[in-house]
Amino acid sequence: MLKIGVLDIQGGVAEHISMLERLSDVEPVKVKTKDDIDRIDALIIPGGESTAIGKLLMDFNLLDPLMHKIQSGLPTWGTCAGMILLAKKISNHPKTFLNVMDIQVRRNAYGNQLDSFRTSLKLPAISKHEIPMVFIRAPYVENVEKDVKVLAKIDDIIIACEQKNLLATSFHPELTDDISFHTYFVENIVKRQ
Amino acid sequence: MSKRYELNKNLAQMLKGGVIMDVVNAEQAEIAEKAGAVAVMALERVPADIRKQGGVARMSDPRMIKEIKEAVSIPVMAKARIGHFVEAQILEAIGIDYIDESEVLTPADEMFHIHKHDFNIPFVCGARNLGEALRRIGEGAAMIRTKGEAGTGNVVEAVRHMRTMMSEIRKLRHLPTEELMTAAKEMGAPYDLVLSVAEKESLPVVNFAAGGIATPADAALMMQLGSEGVFVGSGIFKSADPEKRARAIVKATAYYNDPKILAEVSQNLGEAMYSLEINEIPKENLYAERGW
Repeated sequence: MLKIGVLDIQGGVAEHISMLERLSDVEPVKVKTKDDIDRIDALIIPGGESTAIGKLLMDFNLLDPLMHKIQSGLPTWGTCAGMILLAKKISNHPKTFLNVMDIQVRRNAYGNQLDSFRTSLKLPAISKHEIPMVFIRAPYVENVEKDVKVLAKIDDIIIACEQKNLLATSFHPELTDDISFHTYFVENIVKRQ
Repeated sequence: MSKRYELNKNLAQMLKGGVIMDVVNAEQAEIAEKAGAVAVMALERVPADIRKQGGVARMSDPRMIKEIKEAVSIPVMAKARIGHFVEAQILEAIGIDYIDESEVLTPADEMFHIHKHDFNIPFVCGARNLGEALRRIGEGAAMIRTKGEAGTGNVVEAVRHMRTMMSEIRKLRHLPTEELMTAAKEMGAPYDLVLSVAEKESLPVVNFAAGGIATPADAALMMQLGSEGVFVGSGIFKSADPEKRARAIVKATAYYNDPKILAEVSQNLGEAMYSLEINEIPKENLYAERGW
């Protein structure tokens, strides 16, 4: 049984938990403390407000332990705010948070809530079916270093990528019924580590 | 269900576990963001001042809202008067992230709330019970909050409203299907929404607490009662040390189930806001009575 944690500081935690419950051999766990971090096989950092989550990680001394754990190989997936927390560079924010993934992201890259949108995309590497994608005040990736693999682009802009034990998506698979990105994370990132 | 409405409910889902703070200028908005707020509510006067100064409370000056929007990267909300759909049109044109159709402002219409499905921008509305929450959702609200009694620093009404909603939701769950139409009639709520609540045992949108939250313990209390996040109005910037109190309420909302953390963050916060006993407020000044 794989223990997959969902960082439970703020944001769309329950949505990821209920997606994980649909997978076999996976036990979803809420992660709120350093002890929780030590108990998991993989981690999802959900959407929410990156500034709020980052601030609380710092205040409760979770930022460094989490960073070390991820650097030493903990399979980790960041959705939306989670992607911002993973990035080594944020174009429009003075500081970074976990600083573990070689990507440069732009926060609220598409604008405010009126610019939030839903679309779908065919990604043969992830799923046979078209994948629905929900972007809420979403960030996107402006630049990647060379060992980052780009998984998806919309209008030539990177919205999903991976690097070794890390997966990052601008959008929210947990806000749809489509389980393919959760399956991909477990099968291709978690189990291969 | 339109795509836009779904996206608007989705934004509220991303605010869960967070604190939304009332701010009256860009400087306060920056303090709120630094303290870890998930959004700010831009308004000219916090509820405690509206209470003191009286007069008609209206939508804020768009210029002030724009300044706040420039100052922070977190979502910006602003209030429109109940039924004032033109104030809502203006707020939508400014391009903020959420409108609060709020009883804290003086109602523009005593009969009808805004038909919120007409808009692309999301709305949050106050409610005292399940029927009121479902009427607002029926009109297109993408998020609900308790009304509480704003500007009092007294959490008792928010507790009443949250407990009422939660208990009504639990009751619906146990009713046989043939009794649900009668329940809908008695609550004055749309039947399809009553069915959905009975089936899922939860509101179809995110539900926050608001109105009277003044301390970290108040915030954690509301969370333990089933709230998914909190709005703090006058509670922060009317207290002795807003920065410290803001940080403490953010921490208490995230770790609402951990009494040790709650004890730690509740220390040395200085004076809370000036507060009011509900039964000393003349009935016509009770904001929760506004709207229906």
